[in-house]
Amino acid sequence: MTKPVVIVGGGPAGLIAAESAKLNGAERVIVIDRERHTGGILNQCIHAGFGLGLFKEELTGPEFADRVSKAALKAGVEFLTETTVLNINDQRQITTTSEKGVDTIDAGAIVMCTGCRERPRGVIHIPGERPAGIYTAGLAQKLVNTSGYLIGKKVVILGSGDIGLIMARRMTLQGAKVLAIVEVMKNPGGLQRNIIQCLDDFGIPLYLSHTITNIKGKKRVEQVTIAKLDDKMQPIAGTEFTLDCDTVLLSVGLIPENEVAKTAGIKLNERSNGMIVDENLMTSVDGIFGCGNALHVHDLVDNLAVEAKEAGKNAADYVNGTQFEKSTIDVKFDGGFGYVLPYKVSGTKAVRLQFRVRAPHKNATITCNGFTKRYPHLQPNHMESITVPAENLTSEVCLCLND
Amino acid sequence: MFYDVVIIGAGVTGTAIARELSKYDLKIALVEKEAEAAFGATKANSGIVHAGFHSAPGMIKSTLCVRGNYLYGELKDELDIPFKRVGELMIARGPEDEERLEFFLKQGQELGVPDLKILRGEELYAFEPHLSHTITAALYAPSAGVINPYEFTYRLLYNAIQNGVEFFPNHPVIGIETHKVITEHQTFEAKYIINAAGVYADKIAEMAGVKTFEIKPRKGQEYLLDRSCEGLTTRVIFPLPSKTSKGILVIPTLDGTLMIGPTAEDGVPADDKSTTNEAFEAILKSTQAIIPEIKACSLFSQFAGVRPVATGDDFIIGPTGEEGFINVAGIQSPGLTAAPAVAELMVNILKKQGLKLTQKGDFNPRVPRHKKVRTMSIEELKKAVAENPQYGKIVCRCERVSEAEIRQAIREGATTLDGIKLRTRAGQGRCQGGFCTYRILEIMSEELGIPMTELTKKGIGSNLIKKDIKND
Repeated sequence: MTKPVVIVGGGPAGLIAAESAKLNGAERVIVIDRERHTGGILNQCIHAGFGLGLFKEELTGPEFADRVSKAALKAGVEFLTETTVLNINDQRQITTTSEKGVDTIDAGAIVMCTGCRERPRGVIHIPGERPAGIYTAGLAQKLVNTSGYLIGKKVVILGSGDIGLIMARRMTLQGAKVLAIVEVMKNPGGLQRNIIQCLDDFGIPLYLSHTITNIKGKKRVEQVTIAKLDDKMQPIAGTEFTLDCDTVLLSVGLIPENEVAKTAGIKLNERSNGMIVDENLMTSVDGIFGCGNALHVHDLVDNLAVEAKEAGKNAADYVNGTQFEKSTIDVKFDGGFGYVLPYKVSGTKAVRLQFRVRAPHKNATITCNGFTKRYPHLQPNHMESITVPAENLTSEVCLCLND
Repeated sequence: MFYDVVIIGAGVTGTAIARELSKYDLKIALVEKEAEAAFGATKANSGIVHAGFHSAPGMIKSTLCVRGNYLYGELKDELDIPFKRVGELMIARGPEDEERLEFFLKQGQELGVPDLKILRGEELYAFEPHLSHTITAALYAPSAGVINPYEFTYRLLYNAIQNGVEFFPNHPVIGIETHKVITEHQTFEAKYIINAAGVYADKIAEMAGVKTFEIKPRKGQEYLLDRSCEGLTTRVIFPLPSKTSKGILVIPTLDGTLMIGPTAEDGVPADDKSTTNEAFEAILKSTQAIIPEIKACSLFSQFAGVRPVATGDDFIIGPTGEEGFINVAGIQSPGLTAAPAVAELMVNILKKQGLKLTQKGDFNPRVPRHKKVRTMSIEELKKAVAENPQYGKIVCRCERVSEAEIRQAIREGATTLDGIKLRTRAGQGRCQGGFCTYRILEIMSEELGIPMTELTKKGIGSNLIKKDIKND
């Protein structure tokens, strides 16, 4: 019997990768997750809008999670829940802990699907006091959506990421008053459809190029100060105004969560904290693959599904003896891009390059060694992709963005 | 209720006194206005056990600091607290500064600080390789160490309670009469009242009718850098001190993070624990001048506390014009270091005052050992899970804190989310509680037997949840 493919993390990426590994010939596939129920953060995303790509219908987060969990089970994937991975050694041995005890699993291939975490207050240092009532949007989502608690009545949200926008709507529907969404950038961080459906439809004001410069409150949040920012992102004196509120939600960015990957010696991108992968989604450690938000934060679970299927298939192929072409060509890109994934290609096959631009563009073209694709709209809050044929990946690969 | 001694204030000083007095056959009450011990200046303390060369001989604080440092060596085992003598370095840039180092070297030697020496140039850079080469010399004190100030306080408190001390949190003192401490909830009659009220000690003295000093609150902001900075220094690094403070330091904490700070801001309200961008920028600048590799992007947490600075700058310890009313006030730096020595001194003061002190036959100096999954080997973890499966269940992934540790913290007295965070480190890691807070609240609700809506971050009024809408 070949060694199993082990999937670390049973969120959507892990479940889809697991099913794919099984369907692509892996003899045994095990998903390890900390929680009692698989599905990850989708279980608290009770709004609709998931699955249009994968299932051609609109599902809520828990429905989507349920579908991909059942699909993985049906394919014969084994689940190891309420289990934490402590570390992975250089022999691909995974040490886990649970109430049942400490165990070691000898994996033939591993897919890291550990998702991401929210950036907390301390990292961005919002000045002021430390009362109760300051939550990351995801924690608020957990408390409100899956547990049925109202966490505040007058809310200010910092950051216009999708979770923040969706929580603005949710808090409003639960009877709270959302006084403002405050965003430091000139453009909103979340998807346009969420700006319309979550803010505009409820008359919630969005303050772009603004930030919270002070939080007041000894016991519970009492007031925030908001100021306009200049081009250097510094507060402009005299523009401050205050809002009396009891709650501050933070939706100020997601960071790939790769602490387990670090124990395996997997190289991370120092800026994004995402795992560095090649065209096969293999990390810097042989036989360990990665997909989902642990690589880069996705806007849509349907895009993530494409990546996860590929990672699962490659892990199955790996345990079944496939020798992958070595990826030795670095993928470079000009200053118009925030990032491009993967980091390396082999030049022997067509590769779908995923990317984000830094600023909005209209009618732009992207070229890669003579291969060109036109894009009517490019937005930083929309991840895009370009599939470049093998013949354009032979020499040094460089993506260029032209208006 | 009648007590031999009532101590006002469960900071590190009041708690150390309570624990020391619990060695004797006495009825003792420890009265605290906050929901938990260590919620005042102690919570924001830098966690340094100073060597003791900073203060001039003749000051109360200088002798107590050196003695306190020595006592930590015994206490760490009795109270099962991590304590490491990492050493401290006071740095100098150029000949003028170096003369001041010589002064502190002599001062320290006079006070009995062990093994002091001055390191220069290459010898110093080999010792701490990340130091800026603008630093030409440093006074090295190997006896200095780092501890976790609130963990120390909670262990002191737990041991004091084991030995019969009664703890009254959420009991703000509203009045003092001769041999009487009046709180909102009850009046404590006492032979002796010890005023260890920190930044409010002058208010308490005033209630007793003996306002002989004034407390000037001095705020300190501290900033924590993540473990990417681990190893930038293995010792606590000080600049030469100014008139108001020991300066802005670089502190390698026991948890592998780096703490930079504190500021020394006068003229603030006693409850001003806010942080500011200006302070962070100033702290960053002055610590980068010590270790250039310190980077702003490593920041992951910050907090502030208020030091109780008394008129005259020294500790004020001793009896007052009010019968049975004893001050322990103005305990700012090196108050944490001095705390065990202050407690010893208090025993002598009470003896002199005529309190009959009989040692208890059954005093238990030891607390039960805390098992921490974070520091266990795989073999130790296997054993721990076999004994209690809850050690196998990780609640805080960032700091690897198990369900067993959280339940134990509650059983040992934690009643608030911050109390659990300070006792176990759950929620103190890179996600700052984003993932584990919900589970901790569930466990709290279960252990404390109260609904989620009544749980607080740090006591009355700091409720985390407004309403249970599913049962509405």
